[in-house]
Amino acid sequence: MDACVKQRDYTAKDYKSDVKPIWCPGCGDYSVLAAITRALASMQLAPENVAVVSGIGCSSRIPAYTSVYGFHGVHGRALPVATGLKIARPDLTVLVTGGDGDGFSIGGNHFLHACRRNVDLTYIVMDNQVYGMTKGQASPTTEPDWEGSKLTPDGAGIESFHPLVVALAAGANFIARCSSSDPNNVADIITQAIRHPGFSLVQVLSPCVTFRPEQQEWKHMVRTAVVDVTDDAARAARRLMTDDGFNVGKVLYKGDRPAYQPEPKGAAAVADLEADFAL
Amino acid sequence: MSGQTVSLVMAGSGGAGVVTAGSLLLEAAARAGWYAYMTRSAGPQIRGGEAAVMLRLGTEPIASHDDRFHLLVGVDWQNVGRFAAEIPLGPDSLIIGDPGEGETPEVFTRSGAQQIALPMKALAKKVPDGRPNMVAFGAIAAMIGLTEDIVAGVLRDTLKRKGEEAIAASLAAFRAGVEAAADFPDVPRLPAGKPDTAERWSITGNEATGMGALRGGVRFVAAYPITPATEVLEWLAPALPKVGGVLVQAEDELASINQIIGGSYGGVPSLTATSGPGLALMTESLGLAVAAEVPIVVIDVMRVGPSTGIATKSEQADLNVAVYGLHGDAPHLVLAPNSVADCLFTTQWAVHLAESLQTPAIVLTDQAMGQARAVMPRSAAVSFIGQREKPAALEAGVQYKRYANTASGVSPMAIPGMAGGMYTADGLEHNETGTPSSQASDHQAQLDKRLRKLTGYNYGEHWADITGDEDADTAILTWGSSAGPAREALQRLRAAGHRVKLVAVRLISPVQPEKFAAALEGVERVLVVEQSHSGQFHRYLRAQYDLPRQVRALHHPGPLPVRPGAIVEHITQWS
Repeated sequence: MDACVKQRDYTAKDYKSDVKPIWCPGCGDYSVLAAITRALASMQLAPENVAVVSGIGCSSRIPAYTSVYGFHGVHGRALPVATGLKIARPDLTVLVTGGDGDGFSIGGNHFLHACRRNVDLTYIVMDNQVYGMTKGQASPTTEPDWEGSKLTPDGAGIESFHPLVVALAAGANFIARCSSSDPNNVADIITQAIRHPGFSLVQVLSPCVTFRPEQQEWKHMVRTAVVDVTDDAARAARRLMTDDGFNVGKVLYKGDRPAYQPEPKGAAAVADLEADFAL
Repeated sequence: MSGQTVSLVMAGSGGAGVVTAGSLLLEAAARAGWYAYMTRSAGPQIRGGEAAVMLRLGTEPIASHDDRFHLLVGVDWQNVGRFAAEIPLGPDSLIIGDPGEGETPEVFTRSGAQQIALPMKALAKKVPDGRPNMVAFGAIAAMIGLTEDIVAGVLRDTLKRKGEEAIAASLAAFRAGVEAAADFPDVPRLPAGKPDTAERWSITGNEATGMGALRGGVRFVAAYPITPATEVLEWLAPALPKVGGVLVQAEDELASINQIIGGSYGGVPSLTATSGPGLALMTESLGLAVAAEVPIVVIDVMRVGPSTGIATKSEQADLNVAVYGLHGDAPHLVLAPNSVADCLFTTQWAVHLAESLQTPAIVLTDQAMGQARAVMPRSAAVSFIGQREKPAALEAGVQYKRYANTASGVSPMAIPGMAGGMYTADGLEHNETGTPSSQASDHQAQLDKRLRKLTGYNYGEHWADITGDEDADTAILTWGSSAGPAREALQRLRAAGHRVKLVAVRLISPVQPEKFAAALEGVERVLVVEQSHSGQFHRYLRAQYDLPRQVRALHHPGPLPVRPGAIVEHITQWS
């Protein structure tokens, strides 16, 4: 497309497919989907140059609900698929969508290495502190005393995982938290995350009203973070270690480590390499 | 092996330089106009421990070790006895040992081989910076008829960076070995080679695999290091960027395969290399590539299993996991090269097939073949380049069907960046547009399509290498690195008057029942040869093909290779 002449104006609808979501009524993921399409529209990205990659879970269904290129893979492996796609095709805008179980439990190792590798990806985690698709088990971010699961009737009994603190320690350079109750803010944060060169983590508090109906209260519990974005990792660590998880609506840490994008060095013919073997 | 050959082993403790000396010997033999085949054996130690290089030199291309070695040179004997089973000797063999390094282990002397003393360490000490391995090299060179001018040229080229003194020291130690061997008994001396007859390469199986990947069009590789596959990656790491590609070291095997699925989804032919334990980790995502119809190539350089088995030793026991390891009905490609040279062809073909059929291809090589170095004729270029069917025209307002139920089973594949081609690739069952579906009819249609594209494809004559007598009454069925010794057995059997043919299967899956039946037309009995404990290949053939009534199986686990003589003996006794 000619940079000077805009072919058309994209609206949020242009990024949305006509596949009906399987989500329950009241699920927070509806507004995250809306926020993603709004963010893409606000940036006027051509849909064919955007890819949304996911693993398995309720929120990982998002690729099918968009009309950009999508990849819905296996549980926990969205980040590697997205990493390979972005490295092979640096011209694309690559988003990754998923949940807390997919990203921090089965995909935990990939999460650490995506933070440290710093490929230019935008990772949107819809955190509802429960496994919804398998009907309500404890996830890594579930409180230790939550007794709502038949699998852990006495509560999970282990400390919950703190994704933003871990991300900071692992080297992530863009860390934000927002709430699905404010989709305009989510869209704004996602736009900033896409613009950030390198890996961006956006945690969205997205309630599961089916298995954790008490999360309907989240919309009253969240508060807009009163802090400004910092590039001081130590300060960000103190802030993230001490907050209660309900400070939302802001980028909480932003560093400037360069993105990882290995560049091919040459354009030799394959036959030129035969000299390696010739006697 | 039709020409004349000589087989020798150099062994010693880690740091004794046997691998270095073996490599120099191979290089010099190549320059003398001979062909060569060299395998390595090492203990489990990361550094040090014991090591052995097994070399076979000859006047024609070589793809297998002989039944016995003519010469064993122990630079020292520390722990070398552990390799005894891999170093068969006989009364005609010679053992050279350093009297200062202790007695020759009884496991070797009980073969009845003649023993010769060569004080390698003492002779090396007489030369400034002399090393015992170079004395050994000199003795071997003298015995097989390798001249000093060729060796000097090799030393000059390989030690250039270390300077004139290092070259002089090595050459002096080499000469000491030559002089000491003046009155040693004979081993086969090779006639002068023909250096100018054809362009030749010195290449390992793992390097050939990497080269085949590049020739096939692979430009993205993600992988996690594992013995003995790492050399495929170490060769590709600097080579890929030169031709416009990229290699990423992933955090684990799960990441590796998913990264290449991502790269290939993006339109770039992609590959990973691993060994058995890594392949086991990748099986879930292999199924994803089947369902999402993403072409990828996975090289499995097999090692002794199960679990972590023996990392440094070879076996052909990953056939079951490669063919059957995926859950659900997941048709995919499994191929196996049958020599070091064939690693190049088969990998290139695998990339071509994966791209053409939009499905994963597993290539089964093994430690023996992957780490073997061969001096062989230059590999001819073949025209297989990865070709993916793309949608012809994408019209605005017309729904693109990524998984269209075509007659061939292959559906045109849009890649990101193509306007109008947006779809979601899915590991969930889906309909023709890619939308997840739990309907029986969609499942049936997509299963049929994914099978049809594999079974309906014309693989030509590459499914197997078939050699020997057209009117054979006996056939040897084999695969992978066991094909090398089988080929040599075939020659010996035919020379002895047997009517026999060899079918070395390259396309393990999907099966080719009609071609297989044609290949075995008139054959009354078959011997199935492989290197696995349970006879995985034999069982696979039984399950998938009609076999003649008389079938016997010759199989044993790794790390001991199949020897040509064992095959010859089996068939001779069967007669």
